[in-house]
Amino acid sequence: MPKVIPTRTPMREQPPHERIHNFDEVPFGYSPEEAMAEAQRCLQCKKPGCIEGCPVGIDIPGFIARIAQGDFLGAAALIKQTNALPAVTGRVCPQEEQCEGVCALGKRFEPVAIGRLERFAADWEAAHGDGRLPECRPPTGKRVAVVGSGPAGITVAADLALLGHEVVMFEALHEPGGVLVYGIPEFRLPKAIVAREVDYVCRLGVKLVRNFVVGLTRTLDELLEEFDAVFLGTGAGLPWFMGIPGENLNGIYSANEYLTRVNLMKAYRFPEYDTPIVRGRRVATIGGGNVAMDAARTALRLGAEVSMIVYRRSREEMPARAEEIHHAEEEGVRFELLTTPVAFHGDDHGWVKEIECIRNELGEPDASGRRRPVPIEGSNFRIPVDTVIVAIGQAPNPLIPRTTPGLATGKHGVILVDEETMKTSRRGVFAGGDVATGGATVILAMGHGKKAARAIDEYLRTGQW
Amino acid sequence: MSVGVRHHQETATALEEAQVLRREPLVPNLQLLTVRAPAVASKIQPGQFVIVMADATSERIPLTVADWDRKEGSVSCVIMQVGRSTYKLGDLEPGDRLAAFVGPLGRALDLNVDGTVAVAGGCYGIGSIYPVARALKERGNRVIAIVEGRSKFLLYWLDRLSQVSDQVLVSTKDRSLGKRGYCPGLIRELLDAGEPIQRVIAIGCTFMMYEMSEATRPYGVKTIVSLNPIMIDGTGMCGACRVSVGGQTKFACVDGPDFDGHQVDWELLLARRKAYLEPETIAAER
Repeated sequence: MPKVIPTRTPMREQPPHERIHNFDEVPFGYSPEEAMAEAQRCLQCKKPGCIEGCPVGIDIPGFIARIAQGDFLGAAALIKQTNALPAVTGRVCPQEEQCEGVCALGKRFEPVAIGRLERFAADWEAAHGDGRLPECRPPTGKRVAVVGSGPAGITVAADLALLGHEVVMFEALHEPGGVLVYGIPEFRLPKAIVAREVDYVCRLGVKLVRNFVVGLTRTLDELLEEFDAVFLGTGAGLPWFMGIPGENLNGIYSANEYLTRVNLMKAYRFPEYDTPIVRGRRVATIGGGNVAMDAARTALRLGAEVSMIVYRRSREEMPARAEEIHHAEEEGVRFELLTTPVAFHGDDHGWVKEIECIRNELGEPDASGRRRPVPIEGSNFRIPVDTVIVAIGQAPNPLIPRTTPGLATGKHGVILVDEETMKTSRRGVFAGGDVATGGATVILAMGHGKKAARAIDEYLRTGQW
Repeated sequence: MSVGVRHHQETATALEEAQVLRREPLVPNLQLLTVRAPAVASKIQPGQFVIVMADATSERIPLTVADWDRKEGSVSCVIMQVGRSTYKLGDLEPGDRLAAFVGPLGRALDLNVDGTVAVAGGCYGIGSIYPVARALKERGNRVIAIVEGRSKFLLYWLDRLSQVSDQVLVSTKDRSLGKRGYCPGLIRELLDAGEPIQRVIAIGCTFMMYEMSEATRPYGVKTIVSLNPIMIDGTGMCGACRVSVGGQTKFACVDGPDFDGHQVDWELLLARRKAYLEPETIAAER
């Protein structure tokens, strides 16, 4: 047994002062030598906790062993048996809370860099693979509609196609990928990679229909007339605003709008692309989650002199991943903590020019277990800004529930599902991902997709609801 | 419904990419674009809109709909060529495929009104009031169509409107056809003359819809306007199209686009529509 190397193989990345001037991906990925060195750190546990820790249950020790032996394509094939999007999850999963969080090596040393290895295998296969596809089972004659082509929808579609079912995936926008395309910036997840992963699902035989808004172009009930089952993976795309004075001034964006303009509509390449965006000099992003970090870092790349995060609690309570906060800090994003906006003030032309804020102190923990911010009376102050991005969360879009009688919804409009089967209150209709959680992670959505695919397959075979 | 039972529908056609069938210039700067989009055509109702992209680099542009033919599976929109993306749309030829033609978006217009209804249109709105007038006529309303333009040569579809209206009134700035006063002046005259108008529906540029709302306000006649804020997705995802109606923030794409003009915060709408004038100028010059 060779001596364990206590620290993980570092991943090279663009230096902060360079990367804030471009939209290229920040980390470079492992070289084959780096990947093999890191893979050799894996203890190959008899009872691997990492598989349990993975929402989609990837055979992690298995693929890492293959990388260690230099069988990179074999590693990718093994991952793809359970995960249709390895190049995506390798980049955006919160591994520190999942597989790496329970890695046995992590008890004494740094855990194995599972996410980086997953990314390496996926990228290697894209560059050197022969595009070979897993075997699909013979056609069953059953048809399934998958609504939404984000992480949940792609996962369901791929799994059902492998099981021999005919799948049609409906996307409301003109590009497939859901939040991977409109929400997550290019520098964290290059869009070419998303396109590659979607293409893989289509090569499995899934038919993609763009520009089709289920709930309007066709209702869910109309889909049920021609499909044997429907999966709703429509995400949580309805932005929340704060409901404070001045919020409709020009220069105030929802994070969804800001990121959609930049990522989906490619406003960062204006005027090559027609969609414009306000390139603010002093940009404030309200919120402390991953979306807020993405928005604040995007603002820097669009030329902001000052990009700040305004967050009502302290740094410890921030919901964003540590790595995202770290990247934002490295790039010069400023943090106005324990601060809550109470009003926006504009100029004579209807453009935002100041945020009026109040300072907070931390009180007792609230329902989320985090200490509640308590406003300090009379602490009001103003921050000069020309652009504001509101990134305080989003809810599921109500379009489908509004046009579907009998589809039960819960708090904030999430579609209610059975947690084991992802069945909704409507026979033949399943749902998963952010539409069922109200906003979570790519990998959780994929975990839902896995469960739903199993349950849909069983329903199609037995007819039992 | 048990698994396996299915009513076969023509989905394959519904899933085809939208394709330009016809394009005809109406008047300077306005083009009528007719697109094959069976899924949209089979569903669309008066008041709803579509979002259109000419090609992969275009903006997503919301357009009200001027006509549709459910049999042909086609939808027609009046394109006002103002910026880069609308110029690209107006340059499309029959057979061209669009990067996006998605709908029907928004809510259908509430046509639940009896008696006389005045529909007022200016610019692209002259086309957009046509299906509204047609639907009202079909349900037995008395319809007065009012249209405006700077000059006679900027008006179109008067004959089509006369087929679905009891009366067509015209106003031009230079008096080349009809009288002066634009739509607001004409509606005031009608109301002053005691015309029993139960509702006014106005579609046109923001300023025209604002003026119409102000014209009818003293008379207390409910006036519905089709708001045209900037949009990205058109499905409630971005919030770019937020408007203030009766003091409440609404998303025009999912709560509208039709609202009570007497409740709309027009100043906000006008300011928000001007947000990208500078970059639009840059883009148009390319």
